Amino acid sequence: MSALTLRNLTKTYANGVEALKGIDLTVERGDFFALLGPNGAGKSTTIGIVSSLVNKTGGEVTILGHSLDQERELAKQKIGVVPQEFNFSQFEKVFDIVVTQAGFYGIPAPLARQRAEKYLRKLGLWDKRKNQARSLSGGMKRRLMIARALVHEPELLILDEPTAGVDIELRRSMWDFLIGLNNEGRTIILTTHYLEEAESLCRRIAIIDHGRIVENTDMKSLLEKLQVETFILDLARPVDHAPELPGFDVHLRDAGTLEVAVPKTQSLNQLFVALAEQNFEVMSMRNKANRLEELFVRLVEQNLPEQNPQRENAS
Amino acid sequence: MTLHQQWVAFLTIVTKEVRRFLRIWPQTLLPPAITMTLYFVIFGNLVGSRIGEMGGFDYMQYIVPGLIMMSVIQNSYGNVVSSFFSTKFQHSIEEMLVSPMSPFVILSGFVVGGMVRGIMVGGIVTTVSLFFTDLNVQHAWITLLVVAMTSALFALGGFINAIFANNFDDISIIPNFILTPLTYLGGVFYSLDLLSEFWRTVTLVNPIVYMVNAFRYGVLGVSDVNVYASLAAIFAFTVVFFLLALWLLRRGTGIRG
Repeated sequence: MSALTLRNLTKTYANGVEALKGIDLTVERGDFFALLGPNGAGKSTTIGIVSSLVNKTGGEVTILGHSLDQERELAKQKIGVVPQEFNFSQFEKVFDIVVTQAGFYGIPAPLARQRAEKYLRKLGLWDKRKNQARSLSGGMKRRLMIARALVHEPELLILDEPTAGVDIELRRSMWDFLIGLNNEGRTIILTTHYLEEAESLCRRIAIIDHGRIVENTDMKSLLEKLQVETFILDLARPVDHAPELPGFDVHLRDAGTLEVAVPKTQSLNQLFVALAEQNFEVMSMRNKANRLEELFVRLVEQNLPEQNPQRENAS
Repeated sequence: MTLHQQWVAFLTIVTKEVRRFLRIWPQTLLPPAITMTLYFVIFGNLVGSRIGEMGGFDYMQYIVPGLIMMSVIQNSYGNVVSSFFSTKFQHSIEEMLVSPMSPFVILSGFVVGGMVRGIMVGGIVTTVSLFFTDLNVQHAWITLLVVAMTSALFALGGFINAIFANNFDDISIIPNFILTPLTYLGGVFYSLDLLSEFWRTVTLVNPIVYMVNAFRYGVLGVSDVNVYASLAAIFAFTVVFFLLALWLLRRGTGIRG
């Protein structure tokens, strides 16, 4: 049984905008799944429909074997949602927000309080339990939404850009927390603009653009599609021209830095040998962009001319 | 959800609603107590002493049931319209929409929350009134029934208003321009017998006339209109408003994309 199945999911808004044009997607149980796409691609609409915040126009949604149309209550019991925007009452206390959410799922108060304590402690918010939500920092508010989404212990957790605006240290600790949840057997679906996050956490990935799934595969297979990887090389001594290296596309970024596109058919050893032959000494090296980011940009760009001439013209 | 789970969810919304209006008591509970004290002092004591009797009672006694009912109406309506609109405005309505709670439970929770505030304020106003006059309730069950149904009806009205509201202006238009005039013209301060035949007939179109008079009958034992017809009308309106609100909530009007 899959954790989530979408069949021919469509959504046309009242103003005529066709946000989803027939999405088919399956997320297996226990998976850590990334749903990526540029702004306006349809990610949030998809999540909105799955979490019952948006009415679909057509298609089917099945959550852990329960149809959202026929077994709505059962399906909703199975999922927890962490939305992109803060959506709790700013004037309520942290503890009350989590306990109240448990109550909405029919969890009696003693158990709700116990669960609230468990998740607030796990997310480092126990000390803030008596504070009004509005007094929390952005990162704490995000963690509060995660605690709230977990209080009914859902099997499927959906996070819409959970680490947006969160500092690096906190982001890493949230990753660890999410990995822990996934290791416990929970299925996790996340959308993110930090492609490093998707690459680090997720085993499978779907890319949505213009309301259609343009890629749906496992992370390894997707990264294998990357034909060229671009590296930045910091040189030991300044130079005034880029070297000519057969088989590599080399640009001089500034006097001390080279940008080299390395095709998958070439090894890095060949690059360094060629550089050494021309007396270029490399002190350090890094990817120009995250590998997934590079691939993502290419996939979305490939998708542009045919499906959205306006966007192409605008750029 | 099992019946017990639904009951827990219902109580959760009611508790949340009650906690909200108790937290902001200077905005919710104190103003009606002060306003009604002023009504009692000015209309009851100062002006009322020169008016004399009305409907067989001194003026203070006559207006007390109407003022209690006015507080119940305004606060039941005001609680739900502001609370539900705030949940929309802050998007915290999403907490409920993602949960397995049925629209019936959500609606019932908000309505009962509004009723609790309406009845609590009614109790405060009644207590204040006892400093100015004696009240001997003539028909306790009718009094309670009218208060319960009226508060439910106006809580539902507030809910429907909040569903369609897109900004804070939209939640003040109906209370300011419809509810307040209808309440003041609903026989709170005068008997319909004082009106000419034409204006009496016009006034009978105002639904608040029936609520005020049914309540006055419960408390004082006098009414300008048929009490049982009033009870039937309030009940019918409450059912119609409940079904309408439920239908709107199921459709997701104003709350779902």
